[in-house]
Amino acid sequence: MHRALRLTEVRVENYRTRSFVFEDGLACQPGQFVMAWLPGVGEKPFSIAASNPLTLMVVAVGPVSEAFHQLQVGQRVWVRGPLGQGFRLKGRRALLAGGGYGVAPLLFLAQQARQQGMDVDVCIGARTAADVLLTEAFERLGVGVHVTTEDGSLGQTGLVTAATGKLIETLRPDALYACGPVRMLEALEKQARQAGVDCQLSWEAHMRCGMGLCGSCEMPASEGRLPGWLACLDGPVWRSDES
Amino acid sequence: MADLTCELLGHRLKNPVVLASGILGTSATLLRRAVDAGAGAVTAKSCGPTPRAGHPNPVTVDWGHGVLNAIGLSNPGAAEEVHLLAEARHLLDEVGAVLIASVFAGTPDEFAEVAAIVATARPHILEVNISCPNVRDEFGTPFAASGESAALVTQAVRKAVDLPIAVKLAPNVPDIGRIAAAVVEAGADAITAINTMPGMIIDAEAARPVLSNRVGGISGPALKPIALRCVAEVRRAVKVPIIGTGGVNNGRDAAEMLLAGATAVGVGTAVWYGGVSALGRIAAELEGWMDREGYATLDAMRGLALR
Repeated sequence: MHRALRLTEVRVENYRTRSFVFEDGLACQPGQFVMAWLPGVGEKPFSIAASNPLTLMVVAVGPVSEAFHQLQVGQRVWVRGPLGQGFRLKGRRALLAGGGYGVAPLLFLAQQARQQGMDVDVCIGARTAADVLLTEAFERLGVGVHVTTEDGSLGQTGLVTAATGKLIETLRPDALYACGPVRMLEALEKQARQAGVDCQLSWEAHMRCGMGLCGSCEMPASEGRLPGWLACLDGPVWRSDES
Repeated sequence: MADLTCELLGHRLKNPVVLASGILGTSATLLRRAVDAGAGAVTAKSCGPTPRAGHPNPVTVDWGHGVLNAIGLSNPGAAEEVHLLAEARHLLDEVGAVLIASVFAGTPDEFAEVAAIVATARPHILEVNISCPNVRDEFGTPFAASGESAALVTQAVRKAVDLPIAVKLAPNVPDIGRIAAAVVEAGADAITAINTMPGMIIDAEAARPVLSNRVGGISGPALKPIALRCVAEVRRAVKVPIIGTGGVNNGRDAAEMLLAGATAVGVGTAVWYGGVSALGRIAAELEGWMDREGYATLDAMRGLALR
């Protein structure tokens, strides 16, 4: 059942992205997700950018997320969850990699890792400087931030894998944690495997029920994922040490 | 150790647990996963004449006593379904599991057409879904609402295919036994009882129904007493096998369904409560329960509650 939660803060993150902070916390793990329902508009899955208070970062890309952007402090959003399997921190040194708005759940993960006294670096990849998100929030946590943009307008020019490739060598992280587009995750999985580093990847899929019943979010089998892997039930986070 | 094997329409199941239609039945790999998790037979999601996207979200809600859903018969259409079923048949043959296809349509003739197309994939059994509660706006009152309309569909499908057919009935009828008798008279080889029960969940603060379709089908614990009553009434009315479905979440629930007269036991929403492994867990729990209660075979307990 949904819980109606009131908004206490709306933060503009960039030209099409806002963070929505709610009045209450939600007991959950980084990488899990919620289904957020705007009555009369629709319901969509969102990753969790912070648990206490619950914070969702929303990019305006469709009817539900655009309606989200119209919301004001004091209005309510109907949330069910947490759902799915999240990240599990391991070791002392974490390397995070986020593509586009995939950085949202990584902020929550970085917060947890820093609380546990871990060393954390994050690679943030985006198309242009305007698409880069949450750098200051990561810096406030004491996380090393490495930005790549495809057009070179900020940080290193190229894809996020250019940054992670080097950092995997120099930092020797205990695990690589990533969220972003499919191609980016596939490249990172390969990189991590070749370097002999565990990886935990959060996959985006078309979700409907969010409960492991309807089959909409089945992912194609890959080297790591078993056939019939459901993003909402078995994921969204896949861990190389679980297969 | 109790013998869980189950004879269903000429096929031998390793246990009576059948994955119900609409749950995880959207691909060959998911059907195989359900078998690997412990199901004796699996039912594919219902397929109609043409592709359907289904309803927009929200399509499901767990309100604490069960689940309400209106997925809206999402399916790839009969032609594509043939490939899915053929691949599923291949994956299931490797492990000796039984494949049940499921069809729906808007008219008896259309049912016959879809059934004939789907039959080319050679599923072991064909389930005829005349009772989906969630597409009333497009398809009108379900055929399961009266013995006459249910029999018309059954006859049409019977003529179109040589596979064993199970007709899936609705719980919200005045006399389900009479409808079961009508479809058996029309050529059904088995009955699946029951589909979900129409219902509505309203979010008080939102002051509107949660599901985009407004109404949906109730499944899970809230459905169990309704399903047990229906299975018992169908068992009194007809002799054919029954796939008893509705609210089975553990081995004891499965036992109750068999005691009500079911031949096999459909399981769906338990996957939400316990993951895909619930299918195997329910079979294992049933076996343990039978051992404790002294039943050596399913036959020894079937229908005992009707004495």
